Amino acid sequence: MSDSECIRTFKFKFRRMELRKEKIIEKLLFVSALSSILIVFFIIAFMLKESIPALALGWDFFFGMTWHPSHEQFGIFPIVVTTFVVGIGALAIAAAIGIPTAIFLAEFSPRWLRNIIKPCVEMLVGIPSIVLGFFGLMVLVVFIRDSFGGYGECILAGWIILAIMTLPHVISISEDSIRAVPKGYKEASLALGATQLQTIRRAILPNARSGILASLILGMGNAVGETMAVLMVIGNPEIPWIPSSILEPVRVLTSTIVLEYSYVVWGSMHQHALFAIGVVLFVIVAIFNLVTTVAVKGRFGATTAIKGVIGSR
Amino acid sequence: MVALISVVVLFAVVAYIFLNGMQVISLNFLLKSPNYAALDKGGIFPQIIGSLCLLAVCLLFAVPLGIASGIYLAEYATENIITKSVRFFVECLAGIPSIVIGLFGLIFLVYYLGFGPSMLSGGLALGFMILPWTVRASEEAIKTVPHSYREASLALGASKWQTIRSVVLKSAYPGIITGILLGAGKAIGEAAVILLTTGGLVTYIPHSLLDDVGALPVYIYMVLTVVPASRAVAESYAFGASLVLIMMFLMISVFALFLRNTYVKRMSGSRR
Repeated sequence: MSDSECIRTFKFKFRRMELRKEKIIEKLLFVSALSSILIVFFIIAFMLKESIPALALGWDFFFGMTWHPSHEQFGIFPIVVTTFVVGIGALAIAAAIGIPTAIFLAEFSPRWLRNIIKPCVEMLVGIPSIVLGFFGLMVLVVFIRDSFGGYGECILAGWIILAIMTLPHVISISEDSIRAVPKGYKEASLALGATQLQTIRRAILPNARSGILASLILGMGNAVGETMAVLMVIGNPEIPWIPSSILEPVRVLTSTIVLEYSYVVWGSMHQHALFAIGVVLFVIVAIFNLVTTVAVKGRFGATTAIKGVIGSR
Repeated sequence: MVALISVVVLFAVVAYIFLNGMQVISLNFLLKSPNYAALDKGGIFPQIIGSLCLLAVCLLFAVPLGIASGIYLAEYATENIITKSVRFFVECLAGIPSIVIGLFGLIFLVYYLGFGPSMLSGGLALGFMILPWTVRASEEAIKTVPHSYREASLALGASKWQTIRSVVLKSAYPGIITGILLGAGKAIGEAAVILLTTGGLVTYIPHSLLDDVGALPVYIYMVLTVVPASRAVAESYAFGASLVLIMMFLMISVFALFLRNTYVKRMSGSRR
């Protein structure tokens, strides 16, 4: 074998080795990409496995009116109702503050002001929920107790704390969808002699509607799944009931899990019921997220934009 | 006017915690172990270290996996059923409430795999939680690298992996790190997951992965609910711990924002 041939075969072998290495790396990357799927499957499988005995209670579990573990009664209906009451109220507050903020940021705000508000809103997302809950416990709860009476730990406090937590999501997604409305719509409306407020109400908001709705639904999902902050301000009575006033202490799905997991007898129906609550929570939040995804997909679709324009005339 | 509400709330919370927390913070508070029988004689040192340890385990799990997934999604995968389902499941994982991840950690890591309530369980559960953030951040950052960089590298004879390793990742890393830091900021303040996967009242610094570990958020919760102490002392200690926690969080996120801003400046500079 001549020298050049030797070098050539060596080069060839080397190249094959390189190719093999590339293939292995690609496989490794592929496997790690699959890990998220694997984790989700594991979560679903294990949660279901642990909760089937409780889910099998069927009607008594989902629509039972009493949650009283020491009497073997596991009806989560009052807890689910309160969870929605707390979530919807919080969202109403967040929408009332968040949507005007988004409009202001997208349409009116001078640049320097926006540069202050935007990072603050982003920071607000990350304040540890336990700290926010503690703040609520020390300030909000005391304030409510002093000015409205009652225990102080109540639905109203939960509303306000959750509104603070969902506000950033509502603001940033709504602002994005307002900005996504084509400039031409706005200019056309202004050129027709509409005032700025009329333009916003008739031309911009209808077109940004699905994005704003999506932000609200997403915020709802967050509010329902939020744990520590709510836990600290809503009171959590021993036996939950469907509240009749917003100053009553209540209990939500997440706080029930945290409060009771520590003394639960492992393998008892109580433990299965807690995991079943986890499954219910998972399903509720998954539904909200799915709806959001569908709504956001429709956002840039020509049909919705056109419909919005025609509808507003 | 309304727009300023979120700014006001942010400053109110931080200022309130800061003013009340400062009165408690001292060297003793920061460097002593907690004494649950007499709360005012102890400190929070193991909790600070524990929080950092948990964060380290969580990042060690989520970062390599997240970056690898991001590279695969952005560079190798063609649009097909597999990548679509990977993206879908990443979204799913991001949407799962933290308490459910905590329950899963409790049943799977603590009991099924037998890790017990430990640093490993807590860190891995946190890792599951922030994995979607790292995946998304790395995918997005890699996608913003201009195509011409890749083509130049490939034209020089570099293989695909060499291109990714020494060209794409090098220009994408500030974006990736920013995303990871934002995830880390979320992980360090998370209480529900850690509460379910580690023990509660810990007084020592963990020596191995399977040791129990205390964390600041859990400490705040425990001090306010379980520990027998007078209300005033418990509250003041919770303020102190909250202040330390907020400081850690603020440091992480300010660093992340700073990194992002310099990154944005550099990218726009190079295009001009």
